[in-house]
Amino acid sequence: MVRFSRVGLRYPEGGGAWALSGLDFMLEPGSFTWLLGPSGAGKSSLLRLMHLSLRASDGEVEVLGANIARLPRRALPALRRRIGVVFQDYRLLPHLSVFENAALPLRIQGIPEARLTADVREILRWVGLLERADASPSTLSGGEQQRLALSRAVVARPALLVADEPTGNLDDAQARRVITLLREMHRLGTTVIVATHSEVLPVEYPAAALRLESGRLVSHG
Amino acid sequence: MADIPRLRHLKGRDPLGLRRALADRLLPALVGAMALLAALGLAGAQGAGRLAERWQAGASGQLLLQLPSDADAGAIAERLAQLPGTVEAALVPEERLRQLMAPWLGEVPNLPLPRMVAITLRPDADQTSFLEVVQDLPGAQLETQGTAIQQALRLAEVLQALSVAMLAVVGLVGAALVTVATRSGIAARRETILILHELGARDSDIARRFARRLAQLCAMGALGGAVVAVPALWALADQAIPVVLAREATAADLPWGSLLALPLVAAGIGWLTAWITLRVWLRRL
Repeated sequence: MVRFSRVGLRYPEGGGAWALSGLDFMLEPGSFTWLLGPSGAGKSSLLRLMHLSLRASDGEVEVLGANIARLPRRALPALRRRIGVVFQDYRLLPHLSVFENAALPLRIQGIPEARLTADVREILRWVGLLERADASPSTLSGGEQQRLALSRAVVARPALLVADEPTGNLDDAQARRVITLLREMHRLGTTVIVATHSEVLPVEYPAAALRLESGRLVSHG
Repeated sequence: MADIPRLRHLKGRDPLGLRRALADRLLPALVGAMALLAALGLAGAQGAGRLAERWQAGASGQLLLQLPSDADAGAIAERLAQLPGTVEAALVPEERLRQLMAPWLGEVPNLPLPRMVAITLRPDADQTSFLEVVQDLPGAQLETQGTAIQQALRLAEVLQALSVAMLAVVGLVGAALVTVATRSGIAARRETILILHELGARDSDIARRFARRLAQLCAMGALGGAVVAVPALWALADQAIPVVLAREATAADLPWGSLLALPLVAAGIGWLTAWITLRVWLRRL
């Protein structure tokens, strides 16, 4: 479960302006939610609060039962391991192979190599990249890189999956394939939130939606 | 999929790509140069220490007893020679004394001279009991050569202190080099660190990766510096030992223990400096 209560965010370098303000909403466990809004509306900032790479300047953020403001710094890594994140620009590690990129969350968690291999192969098969397991990410197409990023985000079976414009750099066919995989994760019980500025995808794949404009929530439902 | 076990340290071969980001050329070369200086400093400190010890032992064991000209110096020398701790107590021949005094007194065969007994004590001898015996001898004066030796000892101590200060400076410069290398590694792998951080890697896991790599590079460099130091120290020992210790230099005269410790100490400095630099940087995230 994710709960935002009167959440505001100011960037120190933003000259005191509120990037987000007065955000009040809740994501039910196992829900699928679109996060909509034009570029610059604050979608990425909201998702960064949700995957703990930023702290709110105001209000309370609760993620997977933890009040982030009250959580000691040493407890953050354990919580982050329960959150999968997919970025528009993939953020893959170029010096690691496809397999090693996908295996990274499990290695961070200290899963033994023997157990890890089977899980990673399973997830690479799921996203259609098993044949490219030894390849460098730089040799993959944009769609393949995004599917690899998705496999890295879900390999540890996160309770919450946060996707920030995951289809932003993809053609329609690749975008639909990625959304299908995200919905598959939702079907398996993961809470999923997907930010997009596309008006087409939410129509093709109806689900709950939050709409942001100028850092404020203008609709929720 | 399997349940997630208790959290453990970050595994994987080189997820941060540090073998490439922290290349193994410049830093080891600089640390090697520092290690060479450290080896010379250590040799200086140890050499000065050994010299001071030798002077102290020699000084404390060499005594000159002056007796009145009418004293039975031969009997006293024999008595002193039998005391425990005495290596030798020999009467300085009168002829030798007159030769020594000639530059000041000229040829004065009728001038009575004091009798002198040259005494050598074992380094571990109990001087207190020896002095008690000497005090009971009427008119006896004991010369311990103390003043000159004390000055020499102070010189040795200053040399030792300078060597230690040089070692401290080398250590600080080494730590500064590691800090710069670590910051350069952070700059090169900033994005990777951020990704690992967001995936749930602990600060200590990331810092440990950097620290291990930096320690490895420092140890390699220091090992090279120690190897280069061996011929330099041998050349120094070969020249200095015959003069100072009046014997030929041997391999045992080189400070092998210190040379072997250099890579370990360098690795320790590298590990700790990188660890602290990373932890400070990660705290800002």
